[in-house]
Amino acid sequence: MVYLQLLWVFIKIGVLGFGGGYAMLSLIQHEVVDHYAWMNTTEFADMVAISQMTPGPISINMATYVGYTTGGFFGSLLASFALCLPSIIMVYFIIKLFMNKKNGSLMSNVLKGLKPAIAGLILAAGLAMMNSQNFVQIGKGENNISIVICVLAFVASYFFKANPILLIVLSGVVGFFVY
Amino acid sequence: MKTAFQLFFTFFKIGAFTLGGGYAMLSMVEKAVVDKKHWIPSDEFWDMIAVVQSLPGVFAVNTALYVGHKINGVRGAVATMLGAIIPSITIILLLATVFREYRDLPVVERVFKGIRPCVVALILAPSLRMIKSAKVTWKTAIIPTLAVFLIWWCKVSPAIVILAALAGSIIYALIMEKKVKQALKENS
Repeated sequence: MVYLQLLWVFIKIGVLGFGGGYAMLSLIQHEVVDHYAWMNTTEFADMVAISQMTPGPISINMATYVGYTTGGFFGSLLASFALCLPSIIMVYFIIKLFMNKKNGSLMSNVLKGLKPAIAGLILAAGLAMMNSQNFVQIGKGENNISIVICVLAFVASYFFKANPILLIVLSGVVGFFVY
Repeated sequence: MKTAFQLFFTFFKIGAFTLGGGYAMLSMVEKAVVDKKHWIPSDEFWDMIAVVQSLPGVFAVNTALYVGHKINGVRGAVATMLGAIIPSITIILLLATVFREYRDLPVVERVFKGIRPCVVALILAPSLRMIKSAKVTWKTAIIPTLAVFLIWWCKVSPAIVILAALAGSIIYALIMEKKVKQALKENS
C-alpha cells in the first residue's frame, strides 16, 4: 500500500515540479508532512539539511530519504524512480516538440508566467517550517537563538550568496555549543 | 556499449562529487560533454538547456536523459540517468540509516537544533530571490501572495496551485505570442 502511495506521490511531483528542487520541496512537504503524515516538521527540516549537504540533485536526495523512511530500501528505489519516470517519458516523446524555436519560446514564456507562483510556493514551505518544533522554545533566551540563527543565515544567503553547506555546518556548530 | 559505459561514468562522477544540486551540476556536464569529449557542440548544448530548464522534473535528470539520448539513443539515456542518480541514492541510503540510528543522541539533537532554523532561512532566501528575478510588481504581487495564503493558511495542495498557475501562464504566453505577431504585421 505504502509503495503505491510513494509511486503516486513522486510521479505527481515529477510531473508538476516546475522550477527546480526548491519548488518540489513544497510539493513534497505537503504530501509527506500534511497529507500522509509520514514525517513531522522537524524530521522534514533534518531531511532537507541532509539533502542539501550531500552531492547530487536535492530532489532525488529527498525522494530517496522519504522512500527509505516509509518503505525501506525498496521504497527508496521506488520513490527515486517514480520521480524520474515523467522525465523519461517527456525526454523521449515530448522534447522534440519543443526543440524548435517557436514552441521553445512559448514554453519559456509559460515558465516566466509560472515563476511568481512558484516563488509563493517555496515561501509557503519556508513559513510552514517556522514553528515551535523547529524554533525550539525551551527557555525564552534559547528561543531567541533560533531566531538569530535564522536571520543571520537569511542575510548571509540572500545578500551575500553564502554557501548553503557552510551555513548549515556553522549553525550546527552553534547548536552544539549553545543547547 | 563502450560509449554507454563512458556516459555512465561521466555522469556518475558528476553525481558523486557535485555539491549544491542540479544547477551546480550543469557546468560540470558542460565541461565533460562539450569541452572535453566534444559529444555535443556548444550552441546546441545551450539551446537544449534553455528548453530543459522550462520543463518540469529533476533538472539534472532531464539534462542527463537528453544528453544520453542525443549521443547514444535509449542505451545512452539509461546510462546517463543511472549515472546521475545512483551516487545520490547510495549516499542518502547510507546517511539515512546512520542518522535514524543516532538522531536521538543528545549531541546530534543539539547540532540539529542549530541547523533547523538555518534550513528555514535557506528556503526563504531563494523564494525571495525568485520573486525579485521574476520582476514581480505591486500589481503582480497578488500571485505569490495568493499562493502563500492558499498553501500556508488554507492548506490547499501546492499541486492545485501549480495547475491553476499553469493554466494562467499558458493563456498569458499565447496572448503574448499573438501580440508579438500583430506587432510584426503592423510594422511590415
